[in-house]
Amino acid sequence: MSKKFLVACDGSPASGRALKLAIEQAKMSGASILLAHVLEWSPYSFLTPEEIEERHKRRSEEIKRAETALIQPLVQDVKGEGIEVDSVIRYGHVNETLVDIAEKEGASQMFIGRTGHSSLSKIVFGSVASAMAQIAPVPCTVVP
Amino acid sequence: MTNKNTVAGVSAALLLLLSGPALASSVDETVNQVFASATGWFVNFIFSPFPGTSFPWIVAWLVVAATVFTFYFFFIQFRAFPHSISLVKGDYSDPDDAGEVSHFQALATALSGTVGLGNIAGVAVAVGIGGPGATFWMILAGLMGMASKFTECTLGVKYRNEYEDGTVSGGPMYYLTKGFNERGLPGGRVLAVLFSVFCILGALGGGNMFQANQAHQQISGILGGYPGWITGVIFAGVVFAVIVGGLKSIARVTEKVVPFMGIMYVGAAIVILLVNVDKIGWAFGQIFAGAFTGLGVAGGMVGALIQGFKRAAFSNEAGVGSAAIAHSAVRTKEPITEGFVSLLEPFIDTVVICTMTALVIIITGQLMIDPATGNYLVEGGHIVTADGSSGVGLTSAAFESAISWFPYVLAIAVVLFAFSTMISWSYYGLKAWTYLFGEGKTKEITFKVIFCVFVVIGAAANLGPVIDFSDAAIFAMAVVNIIGLYFLMPIVKRELNSYLSRLASGEIKKFK
Repeated sequence: MSKKFLVACDGSPASGRALKLAIEQAKMSGASILLAHVLEWSPYSFLTPEEIEERHKRRSEEIKRAETALIQPLVQDVKGEGIEVDSVIRYGHVNETLVDIAEKEGASQMFIGRTGHSSLSKIVFGSVASAMAQIAPVPCTVVP
Repeated sequence: MTNKNTVAGVSAALLLLLSGPALASSVDETVNQVFASATGWFVNFIFSPFPGTSFPWIVAWLVVAATVFTFYFFFIQFRAFPHSISLVKGDYSDPDDAGEVSHFQALATALSGTVGLGNIAGVAVAVGIGGPGATFWMILAGLMGMASKFTECTLGVKYRNEYEDGTVSGGPMYYLTKGFNERGLPGGRVLAVLFSVFCILGALGGGNMFQANQAHQQISGILGGYPGWITGVIFAGVVFAVIVGGLKSIARVTEKVVPFMGIMYVGAAIVILLVNVDKIGWAFGQIFAGAFTGLGVAGGMVGALIQGFKRAAFSNEAGVGSAAIAHSAVRTKEPITEGFVSLLEPFIDTVVICTMTALVIIITGQLMIDPATGNYLVEGGHIVTADGSSGVGLTSAAFESAISWFPYVLAIAVVLFAFSTMISWSYYGLKAWTYLFGEGKTKEITFKVIFCVFVVIGAAANLGPVIDFSDAAIFAMAVVNIIGLYFLMPIVKRELNSYLSRLASGEIKKFK
């Protein structure tokens, strides 16, 4: 089975750096790349009746926007480097969903960008990168 | 009736005082008189008792329907209860559908429309008149009402309209038209139009003016008396910002605070019950004894029964059709699953929250007992209370006797409950409005502006007859809706049997 590198993408410069490293390593090892974008979502949040009514429409719009504005340009970049690439957009709790994708898609490694800022919310709640260091099911590279 | 003397008197008063309040009150009186004479017959008709009794036929209508659905679906509320909980927990939700409205979200939003003043003030009125025994009948009616909710919400999802842009509209007006057509029955369209008219009136009245009015009573009770229009304008401004301006942040805050308030309310009640744990057995004894003997309340057993049934019906809106509008937007391949989820609503609203209120009032000894007979002391139809209060005041006093600062929390809760109920009913009214007049931005804005104007009117005035009328309109919705449910319940049964067999065969599987 060929190797598959999972790269978490959110459009930030940090995730760009993570992708860059993943591309370099993939070239050397012949691995394919899986771009994953997770939209934060809890099925236990509270919505107004109108939000509920429009939810399906909004969801389609959000997925379309992520696909065209974020994922497709990256897919083209990776293809341009001659690497096999796939993408996935999912809703859910970011950390848990990334773990879930890694397990389901059989990723051999993960690449996560770290912003380097230590804002209060991150100190309190932790960042995706630090969470992945704790819970990733496969070797995880945190890229500064 | 206006005669020269009152006109002269009012004019003189106006001339003498030239003050706002006097003008306002005379306007109120005029509105009251005109409105009462025009709509009194309708109110009297809806709330009229069976001949020779004090039992309103509309309450019997709701309870009989709930009983019919309970037997027709063979106690679905108990059979499907565990499955309903799994659905809400998301055990059967496809992870690929994440990002769509979950069963939990649909239930929470529907609940925030029903949990409200009825659970706090209404229960106190019921127990204050019908005694502890009313609680027994209230719980029974709440349990039966679960079957009504199940029926109407399944139909709401099954016959909703799905538009090309992905939005959905559903509710009794849609299942009455489409469902009747499907079964080849005439009159669906007439019932749907009637339902929509009553729904708009109910939304402006019970779902709006009554709420604004009660919220003002609460706030002015704590801050001291001040004109109602001030509360009205503030409330209308916030409601306007949410429903017209699309200011989601305010709505989100309330949608988050309301469930928190609900949990806090039940939590406080449980604490009070635990402190008085030695009296719980006694309290249930009073509830059972009172249910069948009345323990001295006006009307005896029947008096307790009327109050309990009435409260449950008024509180959880089972059979009214409003919940079918709220639940119909959920994303599900199986309409019946939303029916399962919705049956939890009367359970939480009536069987849990209303019962908590009743137990706290009974256990804290607010109702005075004649030591000689063991019966309750009754004066003018009401049970004598420890400090003479009734309604929301009685609930407040009961909580205060155990937790001294709780009345303030309760006041905030009442105001927030009123607000969330208004947001929900603005949506129900809007759906009925667009059913009658068609979808479209201008048409929607028109209704929303009218809705906000009625917030101010509701808070400013003491419009008894208008409130009576809007309550009557809400129950008129139930008359139309339940006629429809009787004709359409075989469709629900078909859905139910198909789903249950696929569940048993493993075709419908758990994801968690």
